[in-house]
Amino acid sequence: MSTLYEKLGGEAAVNAAVDVFYRHVLSDDRINYWFDGIDMERQAAKQKAFMTMAFGGPNSYTGDDMRKAHAHLVEKGLNDSHFDAVAENLSKSLQELAVPQESIDEVLAIVETTRDDVLGRMPAGA
Amino acid sequence: MPAITLESQRFELESGESVLAGLERHGVEMPSSCRSGVCHTCMLRAVSGTVPPQSQSTLKEAQRRQGLFLSCCCVPEADLEAARCEDALQQIDATVTERDWLSESVVRLRMQCDPLPDYEAGQFMNVVFPDGAIRSYSLASVPGHDAFLEFQIALLKGGKASTWARDAAQAGSSVRLMGPLGSCVYLGGAPERPLLLAGTGTGLAPLYGILRAALADGHQGPIHLFHGSLRREGLYLVDELRALEAAHDNLQYHPGILHGEAEEGIATEALDALIATRLPSLKDYRVYLCGAPEFVQMMQRKAFIAGASLQDIHADAFLPAAQPKD
Repeated sequence: MSTLYEKLGGEAAVNAAVDVFYRHVLSDDRINYWFDGIDMERQAAKQKAFMTMAFGGPNSYTGDDMRKAHAHLVEKGLNDSHFDAVAENLSKSLQELAVPQESIDEVLAIVETTRDDVLGRMPAGA
Repeated sequence: MPAITLESQRFELESGESVLAGLERHGVEMPSSCRSGVCHTCMLRAVSGTVPPQSQSTLKEAQRRQGLFLSCCCVPEADLEAARCEDALQQIDATVTERDWLSESVVRLRMQCDPLPDYEAGQFMNVVFPDGAIRSYSLASVPGHDAFLEFQIALLKGGKASTWARDAAQAGSSVRLMGPLGSCVYLGGAPERPLLLAGTGTGLAPLYGILRAALADGHQGPIHLFHGSLRREGLYLVDELRALEAAHDNLQYHPGILHGEAEEGIATEALDALIATRLPSLKDYRVYLCGAPEFVQMMQRKAFIAGASLQDIHADAFLPAAQPKD
């Protein structure tokens, strides 16, 4: 059985999706100020790693890395509303790329598992 | 805390301190200019120990394999032993052959050396001034086309390099060059692709090279050159660019200024707004952005949002030379 990552089209699909997704994020006034002064190429490489993970592809994702990377943003007020907006942009991007809703739901479920790490919280129930 | 050993001498580094800053704090003479990982002036070679990836991120693969790293962006996690490597950057002795004024504040220097170095249109070189100061300047000349190296130097009040270019440089003056460096270069191989070239101030220099390289290469797709300046006096090569525009159907030249009287053919609008008005979609464009860092960084984002792919946006932000912290 093919994995979600393979079904979506592997690395080529991620490359196409990163452009569309990152463009939506930078156009969204609810969240784009978080990216002010950021090196776009480095950020795109990170977005690509994140999307590969969200697509269930080969990745070296660790919750700790995600915590460390976002800790300074959480201090400045990064919260659930921003996480939701990013997820919404991802969903919209995948719809534009004609990814079936069933697969989008799978991707969003994977993204959801990073919420506590990104926002620097202990996982619910821990 | 980690320590850096250079020429058999060991120097302790402070927490978070770069190798360059640490060596200077201990009184070691180190060449440096941009202190941001661009100009490669402060390059060293690791003899033993591990250097962090960001100290090699703008180096070529072959240089990385030799252990070369940029001391200004190297904050080592453990002890490191390094050697000087002045000869790792190609050094060239050149002679100024022409000096003329392109505007009240921009001097053009043409230089000769034999042979001319291999370079690509849009690259830059480090110029070593007689007092040892090093500054990076973009090449405005086109390899294989111009029989000289051309630099367009903005004269800044009190700037060491500017003072030399304004007062001391003349035909016959000798200069040492290092490089070429930089990856914001003319890419051929896609003659139909539309090109956006946009720059402020002497950001025009590399774009002038890239533009003429594209035309010499027989580029067929539309080429839009946007040049911005605060005032009318800051625009230069206006007649030359209008002549090129008249000679090439696919070229459009869009000068813009922020302050001053409206004038035929010159917009009075911020450059990013002017680009947005005239080119609402940048889908499929190759984009070259040069000049003031604030402009380049803002325009990178705007070009991307307007539809250009990230891999098609080439940027060269002109960082001012940085002084070591006292």
